[in-house]
Amino acid sequence: MTAEALTTILIAMLGGAIRVSTPFIFVALGETLTEKSGRINLGLEGNLVLGAMVAYAISFHTGSPWLGVLAAGFSGVFLGLMHGSICSLKKVNDIAVGIAMMSFGIGVAFFFGKPYIQPSAPRLESLPLGGWASNPALQQALEINPLFIVGILIAIVMWWALANTRVGLVVRMTGDSEPAARAMGINPIKVRILATAAGGFLAGIGGAFLSLSYPGSWNEGLSSGQGLMAVALVIFARWNPLRCILAALLFGAAGALGPALQSVGISQGYYFFNAAPYILTLFIMVAATGSNSARAAPGELSIAK
Amino acid sequence: MAQAETSFATPPAYDTARIRASIEAVAIPLGALVASAIIFSVFLTLLGKSPLQFFELVWRGGFGSSFSLQNTLQRATPLILTGLAFAIPARIGLVMIGAEGALVIGGFAAAALAIPLVSAEAPVYLTMLLMVLIAMAAGGAWNAIAGWLKHSRGVNETISTLLLTYIAIAIMNFFVEGALRDPASQNKPSTMPIGKDYMVGNIPGTDVHWGLVFGLVLAVALQVLMSRTTFGFAARVTGGNPRAALAQGLPVGTLIVVCSAIAGACAGLAGYFEVAAIHGQANASLVAGYGFTGILVAFLARHNPLMIVPVAIMFGAIEASGGLIQRRMDMPDATALVLQGIIFVVLLASDSLYGRFAIFQPKISTERT
Repeated sequence: MTAEALTTILIAMLGGAIRVSTPFIFVALGETLTEKSGRINLGLEGNLVLGAMVAYAISFHTGSPWLGVLAAGFSGVFLGLMHGSICSLKKVNDIAVGIAMMSFGIGVAFFFGKPYIQPSAPRLESLPLGGWASNPALQQALEINPLFIVGILIAIVMWWALANTRVGLVVRMTGDSEPAARAMGINPIKVRILATAAGGFLAGIGGAFLSLSYPGSWNEGLSSGQGLMAVALVIFARWNPLRCILAALLFGAAGALGPALQSVGISQGYYFFNAAPYILTLFIMVAATGSNSARAAPGELSIAK
Repeated sequence: MAQAETSFATPPAYDTARIRASIEAVAIPLGALVASAIIFSVFLTLLGKSPLQFFELVWRGGFGSSFSLQNTLQRATPLILTGLAFAIPARIGLVMIGAEGALVIGGFAAAALAIPLVSAEAPVYLTMLLMVLIAMAAGGAWNAIAGWLKHSRGVNETISTLLLTYIAIAIMNFFVEGALRDPASQNKPSTMPIGKDYMVGNIPGTDVHWGLVFGLVLAVALQVLMSRTTFGFAARVTGGNPRAALAQGLPVGTLIVVCSAIAGACAGLAGYFEVAAIHGQANASLVAGYGFTGILVAFLARHNPLMIVPVAIMFGAIEASGGLIQRRMDMPDATALVLQGIIFVVLLASDSLYGRFAIFQPKISTERT
């Protein structure tokens, strides 16, 4: 392989990682927030797909993609509140509710999304941050969507707030020990419902990216399971918002490896590279059990018990 | 009356408790179904559609004629098998959602094995038997990985089965688009067709393939296994309290791996019938969501293998009537998804009702007699 081909692959992977990782960042951050409060939401795929549909529809009707992003977030809040409230009933399994919310969210999105498959809605404009580069491929790779930057800012704020603010402390305490939270006069059910709703908001925005930026249209095969991967990403990131960005970029790059190799004529194993992020996560889960990663998990989390 | 009750000592009280518990296990899911139907009716009314017409069409499209009934049973078949694939690990306390992946791996393995056998013109029944066996073995081994990782490394089985599903789909795509691709399959890459002679036929006098019989037999066999054998008892003890099971010296690891393997084998068998009775080859059509609907089926049946059969038939009917509802009521095919989603959510919420109704509790049995 020549140096030129290697550069092409690396640039394609960089561009692919940035493009593909944005929805991963949002669902991972949403899931992190929810799990920090001691609950797991396996249904973010529903938020993602519903968010994508709502964002596209609102952008189509109002002409403002940013209004679409906001509406997508609120559709996520709606699903998050449903998930949070149902899980607060006694004896209800939060993992199963997640699967149910996933099928409910996808069903609603497909039901109301039918009329929006054909029409074209205004998309989110990308920021050409690669103007300084002479290499056209690099320029294209650095056409960054503003939501990518928003995601990174949210990750930094969340990381800081979880460690340094009262709200962050309340969320972490609820997630680590329900009795301790109760002793402090905190209502854990309320905290968890709010954390799930806020997490749902973020996942909804991740969906808006899918329909308004990349791939950038609404159809029923839009999501390739990014929402389902949220839980794995969070384990990968050890419940740390900053590492969520890293995890999302890594997943994005792994997913971009296949197409990147194809662009230099290596088409063998394309589909195998699609599986790379999943295999990687499985290995990390196997390697991580019993080590630091398990201890990083919030104590009240059902998958940590 | 109260005296007569006490003089009867424990056995009748135990019986009433059991009967009341089983009535509860049927009444609450039925109540959840009725509640879902009401919520869905409100949803339809808000959209200006008639709920009555909807349920009438589901009935007609699912059971109205012998054609629609056979259509329903055909669609119920994979759901019975994937429902079993969720229910068996659930009995041992595992939430395994990888039936979709085991189905794909099983179906693909069967189609791949068929390629050399069919081209060598091997005996038909031998080929079928080998295809069934490899589908079940591949699906079973695939799901057993998750069980083994759970026991040996404590890896959460829900997430590992989810990951394994994506890996399974990628493996199939890798071969279907590469080494095992039938050059004739232009738009939809597939393996070589197994050929009409090697396909599974229909039950005589019907349009329903033999998969239904396999599903029914497996449901009965697994019901017996889980409720009438030492193995099933040990599995249920482990599901109830893994630590107590370990303290009792039960082989928890073996139980977990075997239950996961049984589940995977059921899903793999579903994959075999999708290949050998429906598509005739392995391709992306195998990824049809049966694995995920099976989870709902199992929950509604409360992980009881026998109850899975009627529940799967009900969902088969909803799917079978989809076309009719699309045409007559001008509603998108996602209508069935919305209904399924509502049932699923309401059903899980109803889990909190167990033990809440005095009538189902044995404590007040003196009042009844």
